[in-house]
Amino acid sequence: MNQSSIMACSKHHLPELLVIHNPYSVFTRFESDFSIKFHILKAWESPLPLDQFLTTHARSVRSMFSYFNFTQVNADLLRLLPALELVVTPTVGVNHIDLTECRRRGISVANAGAAYSEDVADCAVGLFIDVHRRLSAADRYIRQRLWGIGTPDDRRNYPLTGRKLGGKRVGIVGLGSIGYEVAKRLEAFGCSISYNSRREKPCVSYPFYSDVCELAANNDSLIICCALTDQTHHLINKQVLSALGREGVIVNVGRGAVIDEKELVRCLVHGEIRGAGLDVFEDEPHVPKVLFGLDNVVLSPHIAAFTPESFQTVSDVMVANLEAFFSDQPLLTSFIDD
Amino acid sequence: MRIPPAMESICVLLPILMSPYLEQELEKRFNLLKLWTAPHKTQFIKDHAASIRAIVGNASAGADAELIDSLPKLEIVASYSVGIDKVDLKYCKEKGVRVTNTPDVLTDDVADIAIGLTLAVMRRLCESGRYVRSGLWKKGDFKLTTKFTGQTVGILGLGRIGKAVARRAEAFSCPIAYSSRTEKPELKYKYYPTVVELASKCDVLVVACALTEETRYIINREVIDALGPKGVLINIGRGHHIDEPELLSALLEGRSGGAGLDVYQNEPEVPEQLFGLENVVLLPHAGSDTTETCNAMADLVIGNLEAHFLNKPLLTPVV
Repeated sequence: MNQSSIMACSKHHLPELLVIHNPYSVFTRFESDFSIKFHILKAWESPLPLDQFLTTHARSVRSMFSYFNFTQVNADLLRLLPALELVVTPTVGVNHIDLTECRRRGISVANAGAAYSEDVADCAVGLFIDVHRRLSAADRYIRQRLWGIGTPDDRRNYPLTGRKLGGKRVGIVGLGSIGYEVAKRLEAFGCSISYNSRREKPCVSYPFYSDVCELAANNDSLIICCALTDQTHHLINKQVLSALGREGVIVNVGRGAVIDEKELVRCLVHGEIRGAGLDVFEDEPHVPKVLFGLDNVVLSPHIAAFTPESFQTVSDVMVANLEAFFSDQPLLTSFIDD
Repeated sequence: MRIPPAMESICVLLPILMSPYLEQELEKRFNLLKLWTAPHKTQFIKDHAASIRAIVGNASAGADAELIDSLPKLEIVASYSVGIDKVDLKYCKEKGVRVTNTPDVLTDDVADIAIGLTLAVMRRLCESGRYVRSGLWKKGDFKLTTKFTGQTVGILGLGRIGKAVARRAEAFSCPIAYSSRTEKPELKYKYYPTVVELASKCDVLVVACALTEETRYIINREVIDALGPKGVLINIGRGHHIDEPELLSALLEGRSGGAGLDVYQNEPEVPEQLFGLENVVLLPHAGSDTTETCNAMADLVIGNLEAHFLNKPLLTPVV
């Protein structure tokens, strides 16, 4: 241990955890769970510019908390943290972390594991039902006082008649923990499941498609549950949407950039697919305004994991990973890019 | 559908507009009398009273004793619905009038809506959609919502629809409890003899029973209080299952965790005080409203009418 880390330990007794950006609003519970067990270096509270703060105070820090997209863990940042060995992130997605650079430097990454798979799956199913049965649109219809007005012929033209779920073929893009929970739920609605993933899963009986275009061509809906990587960026493109077809529905609870958003918007506006349920977008919190007026589009503000239970579980997982790390035990949810 | 011959003279009364497909198929086969187009409905009925042999009803238009008495040639009421609380079944039986409904074909759609409403209420899908559309997301994140997986789902009425709701909820690892006219020991769900007990033991209460004298206003203040300030009420039955003013005050006073409603006491009227509530999702009696199911229901109505007038066994008789 060098001079500054000896000083750090003697001052605080608790292991140090670097947090660069303020985990504000709904994420404040993270801070209280962590500050009991770790000495948190709060970079955002310092008047110093970040690189100066890190050079002055974080030279011996071994662990850091990466707060979503605000804390891009890239080569420039890692250069300023020579002692870093572990990054914990409260997300299952690790697209904000340069995994190659971490691997090169021997830095482990621990993510949320399956902490909120159930809640994300519940939300995906909710969006799926909503798009097919026009729930949000119908709720708006009533609140706009449109139900029952006009002549009987107006009622005949009720514009929000839905489509049956039973018998629909659903293609899951990314059959990880979340994708699997989605599949399990939709089977109970009479949907038949198939999937596309990096690799076929031997313990799973759903039909596998190695090509996502083929998956789209053979399904009525696609549910995006995969990670965002270089390979999956704009995976759902013009070709895939065209293969999905005019009656196709797409739900995204993964990352916005898995879908070519411009192309998706164009398809929705021109009726080239039947509808979409979107919890994530390419440039959050910005959502293409043209989608606001479409009754066949359901929008939610990246809330699929937003329950107290999920947040507590994620917090517990991160604390457990940090405690394991600081006592030289194996990590619980080490992200291994295979 | 193949059209049997010589039914064009049979007068069939269609009281209100239901579906274009149903109307079109009825018109192909019968002499269809469209009550809603008449300037004076009572007069219209009087004018055709001697020739009306069938009524096509639905959830809001049935056949009470008065109507049955005014139509001496009435032989059958074929309802475009599974619930036939608007048909006086006892009187029909007395008068030898047959009654049919549309079971099974809509079971899945209605069960899907029950779960859809539950998720929409608990996860605030509609409210968060409004959050996005109003530009509020740019100012800050939405709040945390209520987890659904693992919650206890209580079902009032474990018939076809109730069982279908249970099967779906089980896929979310929800323990299932129910109250029904009779216990069903072959199902491994927890039975409660009273609705109040059921409500006190579940997190989500789904109303899936038929509307009868016994179940009118069955969801009253006592039940709503037993369900509690975090409990969610889902109504896919009939508006009159619930004491609507009591539910309204419970929601406005924060004594209820939320409600997903597809039916109301006086459709299409919906109490406007509900419009400002974020823990409420409102649907315009759309439980079976999918293209596929509407067509299947219409085919069943037509099939029952044809069977009757061809002296064949009815497909889905109630009486």
